[in-house]
Formats: sequence, C-alpha cells, structure tokens
Amino acid sequence: MRGRKRKESRYFLGFLVSSLTGVAVFVLLPFGDVVRRSFLTVMSGEYVGLNNYRAVLHNQAFRLAVKNTICFSVTAIVLVTGLGLAAALLLSRLQRIRLIKSLYLFPLAIPAAAVVIVWHMFFYRRDFGSLTAAYLWKYSGYTIVLWLAGIAAISRQLTEAARVDGADRLQVFLFVELPCLRGSLYTIIILSFLNSLKIYREVYLAAGAYPGEDIYMLQHLFHNWYVSLEFDKMAAATVLTAGALLGALLFFPALWRK
Amino acid sequence: MRKLGKKGRGLLYRVLVRFVFTILGVLLCLPVCFMITGSVMGEDDLFAYLLPVFEDRTGFAGWKLIPTYPTFVHYKRLLLYAPEFFVLFWNVVKLTVLILAGQMAVGVPAAWAFAVYRVRGRRFLFAVYVVLMLLPFQVTMLSSYLSLSRLSLLNTHWAVILPAVFHTFPVFVIYGGFRDIPRSLIEAARIDGAGEGRIFVTLGLGLGRSGMMSALVLGFLDYWNMLEQPYAFLEDRSLWPLSLYLPEIAWQEAGFAFAASLVMLLPAGFVFAMGQDYLEQGIVYSGIKG
Repeated sequence: MRGRKRKESRYFLGFLVSSLTGVAVFVLLPFGDVVRRSFLTVMSGEYVGLNNYRAVLHNQAFRLAVKNTICFSVTAIVLVTGLGLAAALLLSRLQRIRLIKSLYLFPLAIPAAAVVIVWHMFFYRRDFGSLTAAYLWKYSGYTIVLWLAGIAAISRQLTEAARVDGADRLQVFLFVELPCLRGSLYTIIILSFLNSLKIYREVYLAAGAYPGEDIYMLQHLFHNWYVSLEFDKMAAATVLTAGALLGALLFFPALWRK
Repeated sequence: MRKLGKKGRGLLYRVLVRFVFTILGVLLCLPVCFMITGSVMGEDDLFAYLLPVFEDRTGFAGWKLIPTYPTFVHYKRLLLYAPEFFVLFWNVVKLTVLILAGQMAVGVPAAWAFAVYRVRGRRFLFAVYVVLMLLPFQVTMLSSYLSLSRLSLLNTHWAVILPAVFHTFPVFVIYGGFRDIPRSLIEAARIDGAGEGRIFVTLGLGLGRSGMMSALVLGFLDYWNMLEQPYAFLEDRSLWPLSLYLPEIAWQEAGFAFAASLVMLLPAGFVFAMGQDYLEQGIVYSGIKG
C-alpha cells in the first residue's frame, strides 16, 4: 500500500513538474523578490524598513485609487449579480434559449481594441456611469450563464416536494431555490470581482492613463508607477494589494459558512 | 385575460419574456452594427456624425444604419496601402497561437495530476494555483518584469508568451473537464494493466476534451484581445499586436479604424460562433471549486 502511495506521488509530480517549474520561475520566486524590494529604496537598494509602505499609504493618488476601485467593484458586483439572477430566473422557464444566450455572450468575444472607437461615440463623458454600463454590457451574459448553471443544478425533487407540501411559487423560490443558490452566489461574486478588475482595458482605451477623478483606478496607478520606474512604491503596493486579495479570499468563505 | 386560462397565460408570459430579452440582446450587439456601417461610410457622412463627439464633446448627433453612399475605399486602403497592419495582425496571430499551444502542453498534464492523484500536498498546491489564477495582471506585473529582465527576454515576443503559458487559469478549466471522467474507469484501466502514461493519453486526452476546448476558446478570446502585457513588455512597435495599434488611429480616419476593427473582430467572432458551447462550459468550469 505504501509503495503505491509513493508511486502515485511520483506520477503526480511528474505530470505537474513543467507547470510547477514555470510558475516558480515566472511568479513565485520573483514575487519573493518583490517582497524583498518593498523594503528597499529603488536607486541605492538601501534597507528602509516600512518607509515604502508608509509612503504608499499616505499617497493621495493611492487612496483615491483604492476608494474608486472598491466603489466601482461593489457597484458592478451588486448590479451584475442582481440583474443576472433576475434574468436567469426568467430565462430558466424558457426552452431553446441558445440564441438569446449568444446575444448576451457576444460582447465577451468583441476585442476591447475593436470597439474603442464605438466607446468614444457612446461614452464621450467617460465617467463612473458609463464605466458601469460598459461592465454590464460585457459581463451580463457571463453572469447569466453562471446563474443558469446554478439553477439547473437545483434538484427538481426538492422543489416538487415543497410544492406537494403546499408551498406556493414565492415560498418555493425563497425557501428552497434561493438557499440552493448560495454556492453559486459565492463563485459569481468572486468572478464578478475579477472581471471588474479586467474592465480596466476598456477604461484605459477610452480615457487614457489619466482619466477623470472618479474613474482613476488602482490599475492606472500601477501602470503609471511602472512607466515612471517607481518600483519601490510599486513593490509595496503590490504586496499590500496581494495581501488584501488573499485576505478577502480566505476571510470570505469563512464568513460564508457561518 | 380571463379567457386564456392558466396554460394560455403561461404561453403569453413566455413569449413576452423571449421578446423582451431578444430586443435587449440585439441592443447589446449594436456596436457591431455601428462598426459595419461605419466601415462602408464615406468621409462626409463620418465627419458629420463624429464631429460633435470628438470636437465639441456634446455627444453624437445621429447615426445611419444604411450609409448614403456606401464605399469600400477603407477596405481597399487596409488591404493595399497599410503594410504595418499586416505585420501587427501576424504578431497577434503568432502570440495567440504560441500561448495557447504552450498552455496546452503545460496545463493539460498539470490538470491531470490534480484530477487523478490524491496525494499529500495536492490540496495545498491546488489552493496556490487558484489564488494565482485570481491575481489580476497589475499585481503580477512587477514580478513578471523582474524575472523577464533577469532572463533578458524583455522586448521580445517571449516576454508576452512565457508568463501567459504558465498562467494557472487554463489548468483550472481543463481540470473541470477531467473531473467529469469517472474514477472507476481509471481504476479499471489500471487493473487491466495500462500504464499511467497510457491512461493519460487514452482516457484523459480522449474523454477530457471539453475542458481543453473550453480553455482554448476562453484563452483565444482573452489573448486575441491582449493589451496590458504587450504594452508593458514590448517597446518595439513592430512587435506590437493589433490591439495596441487600433486605438492609435485618429478619429479623422474613423472609416479606416472601423474597417481595421472589423478585421480584428472577425477571427474572434468566428471562434465564438464555432465554440459557444465550449465558452459556456468554460464559464461554468471556472466557477467550480476544487
């Protein structure tokens, strides 16, 4: 038995080794280097303790960017999750919705660079509202597909049993279907959050490196620090952002299970 | 309404929902109609419509779905007088193909390892892969830059290709496909004396195709559209993909920009039309927890 376990481990590593090496070389080891650099100055490489972190946290642009990014992500997540669920519930009662789904998914296939000129026409204001509209335009189909998969996974036996027990439509929805969709809600929130960070492509193309105050995002800040070679601040901000993301990912499911 | 009865009302409701969703969906695809008509519109029409947007910033005054004098002059210019367009088009083709090939070569065995072997450390490594998949580009930008400059790959296509090849997202999607293979099948193959390599080739590559196809479709749509990575790591303009070139076309050449955008959209539209089922499957796979 033990021999078999050892053999399994060998195969596991054998299949994984090329991927693991690449991940180590291109992500994990350099990330260690970033952590190290976050304690050094960029020019002389002197150790400066937490100075970089202090500089980042007191930086006006960083504060604005964090505020905007959180503000936009929350708005985008709430809207896309809610609207997506409503749309999926309506659509789940229909048959043959492939064509409708393709209309909503198609924006996902349109390259950002190809619609940039159309963006200029629609979003001449380039504000928070138009950014939210662009997000909903691109990711509503994505969210609907995820919700539809969640709804399809609800066991019919469960809902029918509730109907037999005398629950009406609303009660079945509130007390049977919604609790079943909790797992989907979790993944949809996580994926919507990630997508809300990806919308930067559209913002950048439509409004450039220095957009209006209300849509200046963390991504703009990283980009501008990168261009001006302020790697010490960037390293500290990278560590802070990665830490915040990791914390949210670990904390969120713990909260969920309660 | 009363006469319709329960069944009739259900039907009416379904027709209504279908109608509303179709109208909304068509509206979502309107930008493509704009691109198509814009690409065959003459300069005069384009100027009349676009001037208020780009110069006066008052919003656009109107648009026509059928141009007054349709013209193919922009396409002619694109095909005959814009050699740089082809260089950049080939760049994005090369980048996308190499990235996807690399992701398959690296990601398929990795996903197989996670799906089949329940060994110690698997859960931890998988969690690491999930976290890495969730990190946005800006967070990994500096570390990628540091490793690429150490390997002196900056300003070559490899600077864009290699970090993308080792991205962990496709591993996760391919894993979703492998998970659907019944374990009993693998056990049976072992009892019949098949080696692990052979089981991977016949069962994994044979039955886990939906995960791989999903990863390819999602990957194509993402990398065809790649922007941040080449912008950060490629200085030489002749190495750029098309996505960095299109936004630089001035609005005065809007017709040309529309035509070029449409050419860029075509391959993505083709992949979407062919692979919509895999795209949906891939979206669902990316929501599966390990």
